[in-house]
Amino acid sequence: MSTQNAPPGHKVAEIETVTIRFVGDSGDGMQLTGAEFTRSSALAGNDVATFPDFPAEIRAPAGSLAGVSGYQVNIGAHDVHTPGDAPDVLVAMNPAALKTNLADLKSGGLLIVNAGAFTPQNLEKAGYPKNPLEDETLRSGYRYVAIDMNRLTEAALSGSGLSAKDVARCKNYFALGMLNWLYSRPLEPQIEAIRQRFQKKPELAEANVKVFQAGYAYGDTCELFYERYVVPASPLAKGTYRTVTGNHATALGFATVAKTTGRQVFFGGYPITPSSEIIQDLSKWKEHGVVTFQAEDEIAGIGSAIGAAYGGALAVTATSGPGLSLKVEMLGLAVILELPLVVVDVQRGGPSTGMPTKTEQADLLMALFGRHGEAPMPVLAAQSPADCFWAAMEAMRVAVKWMTPVLLLTDGYLANGSEPFRIPDLSELPKVEPRYQREPNREGKYMPYLRDEKLVRPWAVPGTPGLEHRVGGLEKDSLTGMVSYDGTNHEHMIRIRAQKIRNAIEDVPDLAVDGPEKGEVLLVSWGGTYGSVRTAAEALRAQGKAVSHVHLRWLYPLPRNLGEVLRRFRRVVVAEVNDGQLAFYLRGSYPGVDPVSHTRINGKPLKVSELVEKVNQIL
Amino acid sequence: MSPPPQATAPTYTKKDFESGVDPRWCPGCGDYSIINQVQRTLPLAGVARENIVFVSGIGCSSRFPYYMRNYGMHTVHGRAPSFATGLKLSRPELEVWVVTGDGDALAIGGNHFIHAVRRNVDIKILVFNNRIYGLTKGQVSPTSELGKKTKTTPHGSPDYPFNPPALALGAGATFVARSIDVEGPHLGGVLKAAQEHRGTAFVEVFQNCPVFNDGAYGFLTEKATKPETQLRMEHGKPLLFGKDMRKGIRFEPRTARLEVVTVGEKGITEADVLVHDAQRDDPTFAFMLANLDHSPGFPTPIGVFRDVRRPTADEITWQLIDSARSSSRRQLSVAEFLAAGETWTVNG
Repeated sequence: MSTQNAPPGHKVAEIETVTIRFVGDSGDGMQLTGAEFTRSSALAGNDVATFPDFPAEIRAPAGSLAGVSGYQVNIGAHDVHTPGDAPDVLVAMNPAALKTNLADLKSGGLLIVNAGAFTPQNLEKAGYPKNPLEDETLRSGYRYVAIDMNRLTEAALSGSGLSAKDVARCKNYFALGMLNWLYSRPLEPQIEAIRQRFQKKPELAEANVKVFQAGYAYGDTCELFYERYVVPASPLAKGTYRTVTGNHATALGFATVAKTTGRQVFFGGYPITPSSEIIQDLSKWKEHGVVTFQAEDEIAGIGSAIGAAYGGALAVTATSGPGLSLKVEMLGLAVILELPLVVVDVQRGGPSTGMPTKTEQADLLMALFGRHGEAPMPVLAAQSPADCFWAAMEAMRVAVKWMTPVLLLTDGYLANGSEPFRIPDLSELPKVEPRYQREPNREGKYMPYLRDEKLVRPWAVPGTPGLEHRVGGLEKDSLTGMVSYDGTNHEHMIRIRAQKIRNAIEDVPDLAVDGPEKGEVLLVSWGGTYGSVRTAAEALRAQGKAVSHVHLRWLYPLPRNLGEVLRRFRRVVVAEVNDGQLAFYLRGSYPGVDPVSHTRINGKPLKVSELVEKVNQIL
Repeated sequence: MSPPPQATAPTYTKKDFESGVDPRWCPGCGDYSIINQVQRTLPLAGVARENIVFVSGIGCSSRFPYYMRNYGMHTVHGRAPSFATGLKLSRPELEVWVVTGDGDALAIGGNHFIHAVRRNVDIKILVFNNRIYGLTKGQVSPTSELGKKTKTTPHGSPDYPFNPPALALGAGATFVARSIDVEGPHLGGVLKAAQEHRGTAFVEVFQNCPVFNDGAYGFLTEKATKPETQLRMEHGKPLLFGKDMRKGIRFEPRTARLEVVTVGEKGITEADVLVHDAQRDDPTFAFMLANLDHSPGFPTPIGVFRDVRRPTADEITWQLIDSARSSSRRQLSVAEFLAAGETWTVNG
């Protein structure tokens, strides 16, 4: 996009990055507005990272504080790793949204409010004793723009024959139109997208197009904005891109396993926020070799997956915290059976039901240790929405190669957040290579627990003549797999199962340090905190500070060089969205290493500014 | 991963289904006669041994797969139907049997049981019902009688028991049957019917636990009393019982109840006696029969309560997959699949 598109009369400022937050009532369509703006930004070549933030209730009472839904997007002309700490632009569609979000808006930021929603009724619901729009501080503290979007939307649709309710629902497109004007986006792609979205209801499509255009034109003519902006395209790597959310990318990863191996991927699971999109997406892709099963509960979800794995399928289940608690006994069974299985845990605020729609990283220790008996398994964590694709494929590769269940941790932020995903070349994809035993493996007999040099057992599946065998949760003889209560055999089996998982270290790449190789401060991230920590390290180095960063993708086994890397730095800072679980784990794993723990557990991704401040205190 | 095609149906004997591991059930346990009947029944159908999988939960009955020379999974308590469902959906060509007990299937596993039945997934579920927890040494089970004294109910059980066939019928079962461990030929016949059924086949087997609940079914198995207490249901035959087969079950239309009548008395003829129809789509009569033994003065029905054909979960699942495959114009490449939707290109 070039700045020449801007009509005369408005100065066009080129900016490197902007963080915009759309907030409104749950029924105001803020998730859609945010996603649409993200899409058009990505299509304009910007790097993007998003953070949808919505209540657990589907429709909390209209206009209430509890019902506020928000969508934040960070748009950059350069690499963007986070959805941004604080918005530069806040679009507030009602008083409750203003009340709950104004404090986050940067001082001097652009505040756009839908004045039409500031009725006495809505003000009361939001707990405003008087109309805040009459408050001088809004004008002095921010670039304040109040627009009666309700009235302007009604005006745009007068004579359309739509009901008042349908008309009211179009106002988010007014806001979107204005923002598209403000950020110098072309009209046509968005109009096309609206028609696509509402293709089954052409009258709504045309209404929304009209309102979108009205919002765009209003930005241009109302003289409320004295400049408009352009965020130049980001120098992303060459390739074809699309935007993905983490859950969508996770599902894409598993379906890609089915397509590249030609083997059935079986998904058994139970809907739970924020993981449900994974089973929903996979359920659509029946023609791609995926079989999905919505079970009666979390336990049956993983049980069906283990059953399918015994039958030779590449089995997956996905869940979130409470569901992982329910699946724990089954995980132990998968460990002792030594069958491949990927369990995705989309972490959310806990304990118990906690905060279902909010992000957290507090299942780490459970993922590592939360099983009875000695039951180690590989644990991986995805680092960004698009990385969920790679992590899903990698988790399946590891599960199949090592004949083991694998836990893949993502989180609510990754699940719902989105970013550009470069469509990979076939040759870049992890190779998932199931090997099925076809012949007896010892003196004409099949020994299901006779291992290869890496300690991996063979996988013989029903339907294979002559290899009929029984597996089960009772301790088994190290060779025949038959039940054994022999203590010596039990100890041998525990140690050999553990050693097998440790052997998977051959698949764990050594850590690469971002920044100075040794010295002052090392920031450590895992999973979804990658972006915030990376950005903080870059910001600190830009301030001239000697700050390095490593990111853990493998939580078990830990990378071979981790201890040595940690000891190269005077201070280690572990940043995570929990009460210090990785820090605790590292203390135990590397005696003498005593990280400083930086934690926030407020349902949101880590703020870069807070981490920067913390490191500056230490330095 | 379909099994290699078989030129001819294999011919097996009972021995071909014995794993060679000596069962470790207590002497006199009813499980011995049940496994004996299963091993005698399987050769009759000629299904290849490697295409049969036994899946079990936890409990005495659930050791069953270890003693069968098929593929087998001994899983976790109560959840066997979930493994069996996943396996069958994934590999619909396999024949999948679930072996479970009253505690495993109806207490901890009650939810999985009713949902497997509801879906009509093509698996056989054998519930060995001894009305007691055996492996944990004698606690009350969900089929123990009200007032039953056990280790955890020393003053008598305060809980009403499940009626397993009625429960299965209520969940929409397409095949419901009952037999008794010691009634070998009868049990064999029921197992064969279950094997031939497409859909969830639920078989309750009254099984004696000689250690913790000995004689629980004595009233049904004692030579002297069983003609009066057993009602052997056979499809298409009148529901007659008694020493000389003169007692029968009649539907009394005025009260909509089943009643016991005697043929030759009070003008009753055989034409008054209900003819058993296991293939009737409406499960109402099957349900009435399933509740008979809970009414005083009535015999206990054994045999097949219900046997109807409905599309199974696995059939429907694969029909949907096949139709998705045939309606997609062509198989997308990985790159095309990943690039679905809106994309843009960066020429770096």
